[in-house]
Amino acid sequence: MTATSVPQDSVQIDQSNPAAITSVQQTEELGLRESATFDRATIADIQRAAATGVYDIRGWGAKRKLPHFDDLLFLGASMSRYPLEGYREKCDTDVVLGDRHASRPLHLETPITIAGMSFGALSANAKEALGRGASEVGTSTTTGDGGMTPEERGQSKNLVYQYLPSRYGMNPDDLRKADAIEVVLGQGAKPGGGGMLLGQKITERVAGMRTLPVGIDQRSASRHPDWTGPDDLEIKIGELREITDWKTPIYVKIGASRPYYDTALAVKAGADVVVVDGMQGGTAATQQVFIENVGIPTLAAIPQAVQALQELGMHRKVQLIVSGGIRTGADVAKAMALGADAVAIGTAALIALGDNDPRYAAEYAALGSAAGFYDDFQDGRDPAGITTQDPELASRLDPVAAGRRLANYLRVLTMEAQTIARACGKSHLHNLEPEDLVALTIEASAMARVPLAGTNWIPGVK
Amino acid sequence: MVTLTSPESQIPSAAPQVSANPVAFVVDLIDSPVRDLNQALHDAEDGQAWTVINPGGKHSLAVGIDTDISVSINGHAGYYAAGMHQKGEVTISGNAGVGLAENIMSGRVHVKGDASQSAAATGHGGLVVIDGNAGARCGISMKGVDIVVGGNIGHMSAFMAQAGRLVVCGDAGEALGDSIYEARIYVKGSVASLGADCIQKPMESEHLEELAELLIAAGRTDDPTEFKRYGSARNLYHFSVHNSTAY
Repeated sequence: MTATSVPQDSVQIDQSNPAAITSVQQTEELGLRESATFDRATIADIQRAAATGVYDIRGWGAKRKLPHFDDLLFLGASMSRYPLEGYREKCDTDVVLGDRHASRPLHLETPITIAGMSFGALSANAKEALGRGASEVGTSTTTGDGGMTPEERGQSKNLVYQYLPSRYGMNPDDLRKADAIEVVLGQGAKPGGGGMLLGQKITERVAGMRTLPVGIDQRSASRHPDWTGPDDLEIKIGELREITDWKTPIYVKIGASRPYYDTALAVKAGADVVVVDGMQGGTAATQQVFIENVGIPTLAAIPQAVQALQELGMHRKVQLIVSGGIRTGADVAKAMALGADAVAIGTAALIALGDNDPRYAAEYAALGSAAGFYDDFQDGRDPAGITTQDPELASRLDPVAAGRRLANYLRVLTMEAQTIARACGKSHLHNLEPEDLVALTIEASAMARVPLAGTNWIPGVK
Repeated sequence: MVTLTSPESQIPSAAPQVSANPVAFVVDLIDSPVRDLNQALHDAEDGQAWTVINPGGKHSLAVGIDTDISVSINGHAGYYAAGMHQKGEVTISGNAGVGLAENIMSGRVHVKGDASQSAAATGHGGLVVIDGNAGARCGISMKGVDIVVGGNIGHMSAFMAQAGRLVVCGDAGEALGDSIYEARIYVKGSVASLGADCIQKPMESEHLEELAELLIAAGRTDDPTEFKRYGSARNLYHFSVHNSTAY
């Protein structure tokens, strides 16, 4: 859906027309053949563009089919490998992040962290729920554009404070309250793109935190205003360290596009932790054409980042956090087997809170969407009360109950990853390795740099 | 621990100072690393006065100060001098590098020479005075800081400026105030070009008064009536297809 002004002479398309949906179902029943090139979604995009004259803006991450963790399988132990007894023999999950330079690195009980999502894009209750859920299982949350809210700081035992190009809400007091600082250079959904928070969500409180008039569109720059390039970044990180007396770990987050070079340069600049966000990573609002066409899949990004760390002799010394489409414990285990030290979840965390809940089916339909499809986070009318600043809608989300759901989900992810790790004979999630994996497709084999199942062939490697 | 060259027997923790008659702690950056200087300034108490000698263009000097102290840097400073300044006053008797007083929250930072690009970028409050020229992108994304530049400023200054005032006693470079929100810009000299959505606006009495106060605060004697005011046309406040060529 496009949240923009529409020219008066344009034609509005009613995407919520139930009769139209029924008609499409009938065409399938009639055996009509849909074009692979001009499928229904593409036709709808063209019709929408022709009607409005502007591009589509939406939230969520890439929706196209991409090589992903589903294309990898684990080689559980049998004769040549010795498994650990499921649920009985210990498989540790903790991780230390940022011990390269900082005197106070983070020690998390699970390597599954919560990715940066801003207050403004999310409601205060949603931010509080993220903090509650993460703290219950001993992991961290991350702020976002717009700064640090008392709700989140109050509930997050471990809070990562993002230092973004816009510097909305940037405050040295909050900087010193943070458990880690994440210098954001890019986001997987839109590497090279700036931020956009449409006026519907700029309430009085959001506007106050961002020093903007109420109700206007918030634009934000695609690059930091006071440095260019890795040499400058090194000096910038030095400044942040000086302000925080070298206590606080410094992360550098990159959108996956050239992760080999970007990771190497982040290490050179002095990062304690590198965060690589693949193109399946979510966003609050950006152009659909950006989400679907810029960046590389998470699966392709991890080996490149790991290679850079290994060549520099910094693998496991500068920790690697991977995000972008993590859904299950298997995804977690696969990311870690490929060399990640931890993962971050965003979209999955929102779903755990209650995003796209079928109990709001009627309201999603009224918005021209459906439970499981709702991605118009920019409109601020989220029936689940998560991606909204509407007080009435936001009040629907109970931060305590939602936090409990997130904690449950994080526990499940952790246990699932442990189960797989034990099956591979590992006493710690970090002991998973590429040798534990094979690929189902040639594409995934080439990207993940693990053999095609049943062979010892890795395209492009050996 | 910093090496204090004068008075030799006094260290900050042992000798809290009275603001009415401050004793200047002198830090020589030939002897002391920047880390020790900043740690001492973070541990300093209200009313103290510090002097930094031989700064040698080092980066991150006097960053993150959160007490009501005065710091004099006698010489040139590198990147991010007085970054995220919160209280007190920093005076640089020389030139300053990129990102002077970036994200300043309050207090005062004064450069008696020139400043490089991105001076006072994203500043939320306080006053930044640059007696000489400032480079490109001065006041970019400013969020409430006041900036007074005695000389010229470079291109793309006050880009996406949200709030605060930028006063330029010389000339402004190209694309001044591009995509500006509610910040106010006063320029005495010429403007090479205005950026997207930035227009000249009339100087009303309230603007003359505001400008006069800023000039006095910066220690300047310029005549406010010689300045022109620039600000947002507010056409880009809501994304519209009709403005697509402006972005």
